Amino acid sequence: MSIFEALAFPFFQRALFAGLAIAVMAGLLGVFVVQRRLSFLGDGLAHAAFGGMGIGAFVIVAADLAGSQMGLVNHPILIALPFSMLAALVIAWLRRGTRLSSDTAIGVSFAVSVALGVLLFSLIPPDANLGVSAMDLLFGSILGVRASDLWLIVAVAVLASALLLRLWGRLGYATFDDELARGDGINTDRLELVLFLTAAVIIAVSASVVGIILMAAYLVIPAAAARLLARTLAQMTVLAVLIGLVSTVAGLALSFYLDVPSGATIVLTQAALFVPAALFGRR
Amino acid sequence: MADDANSRPPLPVGQVPALHVHHISLRLGDASILEDVSFDLAAGEFLAIVGPNGAGKSTLVKVVLGLKTPQKGHALIFGQPAGVEPKRLGYVPQLKTFDRTFPATAEELVITGLRQSWPARVRSDEAELAAVALERVGAGPLARRPLARLSGGELQRAYLARALVRRPELVMLDEPATGVDYLAEHDLYDLLETYQADSGATIVMVTHDLSAARYHASQVLVINRRVHGYGSPEVVMSEECLEQAFGHRHHAHALSV
Repeated sequence: MSIFEALAFPFFQRALFAGLAIAVMAGLLGVFVVQRRLSFLGDGLAHAAFGGMGIGAFVIVAADLAGSQMGLVNHPILIALPFSMLAALVIAWLRRGTRLSSDTAIGVSFAVSVALGVLLFSLIPPDANLGVSAMDLLFGSILGVRASDLWLIVAVAVLASALLLRLWGRLGYATFDDELARGDGINTDRLELVLFLTAAVIIAVSASVVGIILMAAYLVIPAAAARLLARTLAQMTVLAVLIGLVSTVAGLALSFYLDVPSGATIVLTQAALFVPAALFGRR
Repeated sequence: MADDANSRPPLPVGQVPALHVHHISLRLGDASILEDVSFDLAAGEFLAIVGPNGAGKSTLVKVVLGLKTPQKGHALIFGQPAGVEPKRLGYVPQLKTFDRTFPATAEELVITGLRQSWPARVRSDEAELAAVALERVGAGPLARRPLARLSGGELQRAYLARALVRRPELVMLDEPATGVDYLAEHDLYDLLETYQADSGATIVMVTHDLSAARYHASQVLVINRRVHGYGSPEVVMSEECLEQAFGHRHHAHALSV
């Protein structure tokens, strides 16, 4: 079977479109994450999403066992999303409001969220059919993207990308020098909060569908490779998105021909693009 | 405070000062950084803010710029709080805050002075203004060069071009000569004085260099948490006043003329 025949399968189409949507928004976000030295933030928020999914799954199962309906809250992501946003707010507050550095603030949130997720997932009966499991969330399966997941990811990608592009100039200025930007009347505290909340939404939604590890890779590797090749922030942004897009298509194609897991192949394709950038990029 | 060292006459009635600093006090935790600092600076002056390390010089500039909020008092720039008309002000920060991993050219840095945001695409009119500003500070050939490859002196010129490209009425510089060699420092003061002569702008400079303050400034503010003297260099930079602020006689002797 050729790759073109594989593209006729709806599951393969969904994987491709979900990957491309994540590549665009993660590339736009990743530029600011890498330049602000917040790479660990992606991991922290992805693990917060894991904790949030654990809470969501537990609440839905507990409500079901108690015989009550949860109404609109019928998927763990609806709890994971606000939980991740709350984690982002806590991290932002710990950074600005205390003497803790980002990595310490994120590390605290990271550990608590994972512990919470592991604990709550262990309490869920194995026969509860929620469409998510702890293993799926950690390692994900981009080929397992459902139609409803795809619509959610595309909607988030359109909205988050539009917001990041609109704020790009101000975010770039504040990322370069927070003081200069504030001196020019930009509210950099509010801007950072918007960036963190946008990151929480992008990461929670993407990680719940394609897994934490693939999401963290999309956030950091294309932007890091782009940084090594780019001369300006605008070039870095375009390259980060392009590297994400190319690695999605190439990774899915390679995984199809080699018959190996797609998510891991996408990550390794990104790494394969990063290595020459590191070796031959600008010093 | 030495009375004779703070005998600067008040501004004429009705004249809006370029800078109005009103009873500013700022504490960080238990430490008092600024205590009841007040002064008015008339438009067109060149003010040097001097004092020992940890005297609160940079903090005072940050309060004026609206980057730090004092517990008491306020500051006005041309009668308005900081941030209301940012284009009337050009700020050159200390170079130690610069992130060398940021992918940017000198031209882009200068254009932030025009746009107040980071440029995704440089327009031709902006490129022309940036080129003129860089040329004026002797950094014309650096326009397309990555910031990471500039020396301390070249970077200082790029930041100065960024501050001056918007033709500000007030230029504030925080330790502009730090990390810059003697010639570059000399050029910097020449550039500032030429800009001031052309535009009538007011200049405020934080410096630890008392000689620079004496020879280039028209007004000197001596602080060490509180104001120890404010006025012309001849009056303020007396042995008594400097000894009060610095706590020992070394600086006073170094400057005796």
